[in-house]
Amino acid sequence: MSANNEHNSGHGESEEIARREPDEVAAVGDPIADPGLHHNDERLTDVDPKAGRRAERQVAGMFTLASLLMVGFIVAYVAIGIHPDDPENGVDIGNVQVSNLALGLTLGLALLLVGAGAVQWARSLMTSPEVVHERHELRSDDETRQATLDDWNTGVEETGFGRRKMIRNSLLGALALLPLPAVLLLRDMGPNTGGTPAERKEHTIWAEGVRILTDVTFMPIRAADLEVGSLVNAMPATFEELPEHGPERINERAKSPVMLVRMLPDEIHVAEGRENWHVDGILAYSKICTHVGCPISLYEQTTHHMLCPCHQSTFDLADNGKVIFGPATRSLPQLPIAVDDEGYLIAQSDFTEPVGPSYWERTR
Amino acid sequence: MSTIVNGAGKVVDFVDQRITASNWLKRNIRKVFPDHWSFLLGEIALFSFILILLSGVFLTFWFKPSMAHIAYEGAYVPMRGVGMSEAYASTLELSFEVRGGLLMRQVHHWGALVFLAAMSAHMLRIFFTGAFRKPREINWLIGVTLLVLGVAAGFTGYSLPDDLLSGTGLRIIEGGMLAIPIVGTYLSSFLFGGEYPGDDIVARLYPLHILLIPGLIIALVTAHLMILWYQKHTHWGGPGKTNHNVAGAPFFPIYVAKAGGFQFIVMGVIVLLAATIQINPVWLWGPYDPSVVSAGTQPDWYVGFLDGALRVMPPWEFYIFDRPITMSVLIPAVILPGLILTPLALYPWLEQKATGDTREHHVLDRPRNVPVRTGIGVAFIVFYILLWIAGGNDFFATILEIPVNWITWSIRIGIFALPPLAFWLTKRICLGLERRDRDKVMHGRETGIVMVSPDGEFSELHAPLSQADAYQLTWHERQLPSDPGPATDANGIPNPNYRAKRVQAKLSRFYFGDVVQKPTREEVEAAHHNGHHDAVEAGHRDEITSGQQ
Ligand code: HEM
Ligand code: FES
Repeated sequence: MSANNEHNSGHGESEEIARREPDEVAAVGDPIADPGLHHNDERLTDVDPKAGRRAERQVAGMFTLASLLMVGFIVAYVAIGIHPDDPENGVDIGNVQVSNLALGLTLGLALLLVGAGAVQWARSLMTSPEVVHERHELRSDDETRQATLDDWNTGVEETGFGRRKMIRNSLLGALALLPLPAVLLLRDMGPNTGGTPAERKEHTIWAEGVRILTDVTFMPIRAADLEVGSLVNAMPATFEELPEHGPERINERAKSPVMLVRMLPDEIHVAEGRENWHVDGILAYSKICTHVGCPISLYEQTTHHMLCPCHQSTFDLADNGKVIFGPATRSLPQLPIAVDDEGYLIAQSDFTEPVGPSYWERTR
Repeated sequence: MSTIVNGAGKVVDFVDQRITASNWLKRNIRKVFPDHWSFLLGEIALFSFILILLSGVFLTFWFKPSMAHIAYEGAYVPMRGVGMSEAYASTLELSFEVRGGLLMRQVHHWGALVFLAAMSAHMLRIFFTGAFRKPREINWLIGVTLLVLGVAAGFTGYSLPDDLLSGTGLRIIEGGMLAIPIVGTYLSSFLFGGEYPGDDIVARLYPLHILLIPGLIIALVTAHLMILWYQKHTHWGGPGKTNHNVAGAPFFPIYVAKAGGFQFIVMGVIVLLAATIQINPVWLWGPYDPSVVSAGTQPDWYVGFLDGALRVMPPWEFYIFDRPITMSVLIPAVILPGLILTPLALYPWLEQKATGDTREHHVLDRPRNVPVRTGIGVAFIVFYILLWIAGGNDFFATILEIPVNWITWSIRIGIFALPPLAFWLTKRICLGLERRDRDKVMHGRETGIVMVSPDGEFSELHAPLSQADAYQLTWHERQLPSDPGPATDANGIPNPNYRAKRVQAKLSRFYFGDVVQKPTREEVEAAHHNGHHDAVEAGHRDEITSGQQ
């Protein structure tokens, strides 16, 4: 394709202007006249046939190397097994990593070389000159606009949409109602039983007399098992009775977890009405952050501060779980606890307020 | 002619005889595409998206979007016997039992990070060069929507494997939803199919992630590119490059080869990232358990600023009719995104108000020549980066060995103080650069050679610029603040539009009042006559009185 072709190519949209003559004088208000399009200097490959051949070899070399790398990919796929000979042994992570590296390097480099080759080809060898096209204003001319408007009006006129008010209004009414069935269909995305969403938030499976079990191992805990300064994650004994399948278990995991901490009784600043919520300095707090619900986890023994790793809300466990830093607005709910006949820690009741973040229905 | 070319000719012939393709092709095959590195950012976004589509389809062949509870029996020994969802188990299967599966997972995830980074950088380039101006406002809006969809795609994807991190992310989303007055608990209940987390959410996010959101993205990208094609690309000004033409390389073959090659380069780089830098090793996090969290984990970079906003909010909650309004969550989770997106989407119209300009613009602005816009952009970047740093406040606290609270407090203050400062500073820098350009045009380039005149005066020798070089510094339009005109006309009759005009003039003065104008021809000539001695006045206003030239 020759540059010549450019000049008489096409009409209409992409009509090309001949190379602009430089302006003699600057446009009004401009200090410097437009010197006109500067055509790119010739490339070395344009003037030196040797450089051209070198570039050609480079490009072809890259494409060839890419092919070799793809063969390498196939080899890596076949040769680096990740499946264990004996399924009992399981997979060797090392093999997976090696396979990942080998497959990724060969494929990635192959792609890179195909790309680099194409770009190099375009830059150094393709002969297209710089092209200039004229732009045209995007707006249609007044005549066309008027004609379009007329056509539209004719159409509207033909329907009689403006005159036949009854048809128009009943149609608009029907269309306005159309979203209702669509929205209604989504109704069953949420449950139909079990009260309002807010009501479901008010209860956990903690209740009077429910034993407090260690998390993971689910062992009952005696007061004496806990040393001053320690922290134990715990769950209600009722958790174990929940069905293996279905959402109940995981839903309770999101509501019921508590942390048991023990401190010296005189370190605790007990709020009014909570005097008998602890057992010899053992306190139970909800593990669910009142900010947006992460499980809280970082305990600093000496200060009794509990930090949520998500956004650093900090609660003072010696002071009724009050917020002392961070974005949380509510104290951590405390679970009133006691000891049963056999000396194990139990709950006195469910939480006295909903656990987790604030929500609209939740009053003060 | 080679057989390939022959073959292509046959295809064109076939299509042409059916849908007159040659007519369209003839007009478009040599379409002009201007070249500049910053025009590649959008291409990176497009090409990484294509790779995401390809790797994503691969993942769907194994991934099971189910939260059914199973005991793991797969190849990863440390997890055997552990209870988990099928989604998590199938992600382990993809990683450990499918050759190339881990690679494709990592390609998909790295692709997502690159996709969003490229879209963001592309958007900044559009902003700083004024490419959003008429007639490109529609594409600006499409772009803003694409960015939102991209974040949604990333977030829904992040939530699918049902590992500890993805669950924690969802928990925070749920907490944010609960803060919405009146409907919060219902929204959460409908999304999760009851209580959080339930066993529906993965199955519900899945069709959004693999069908709805990518479908919308594909549709919008198509529209974006069609509009781009129709309007022709913007270009930088310069000798011979005006608002009425477009100069560059022809679509075929140069652009096809370069962009096609670039597609492979982008894919290659992402695959190499996936090969060498591990991302989201879900087997280390473990299956989701709402009572467990691992400290120090970070979300993907594009949600970091929201996480940061959640972190730096002071605990602010008040009651209306005994109902809590939790501002400390509402502001970052609901209000802030709206507060960022609304002005972002409307910016082209905001600026149009200031310029009062309804013409088409096809020549880009050098950022320095619109100091206020550039300042606003930099102020926004500073605001965003501060929130982003806040999202890693624990990380930075560990690195800097200072308490987290200090960082939080610095950011609480900085978020109000630093963006205005950044605006002011950027504007000064732009004005300084403009002044330098103006000096160069009037007096030439500084040579570093110091001359002593016969009467002992020192001066630096200035070498005149070539016409092309001087034109490079002056091709931009002269934009003067507009004048509201008199409040009443000659007969004393009040101008009914005066108020609106005054507002417009005010905005216009804010934007263009301080701009250091390029010199006029007379000034340049005068400067050349006077030698090198005349001082350049800052913010010098020319004789031209109103409007733009
Ligand atoms: C539109 C842009 C998209 C973005 C930004 C995106 C992002 C993500 C991310 C960040 C993940 C988590 C990956 C991990 O670390 O495991 C993911 C998972 C996934 N994505 Fe996408 N994705 C996109 C489109 C798609 C498409 C089009 C498909 C399929 C047609 C798809 C299929 C999947 C599947 C099956 C998973 C879960 C498998 C796994 O996590 O290993 N994605 N996505
Ligand atoms: S969830 Fe605990 S601080 Fe945000």
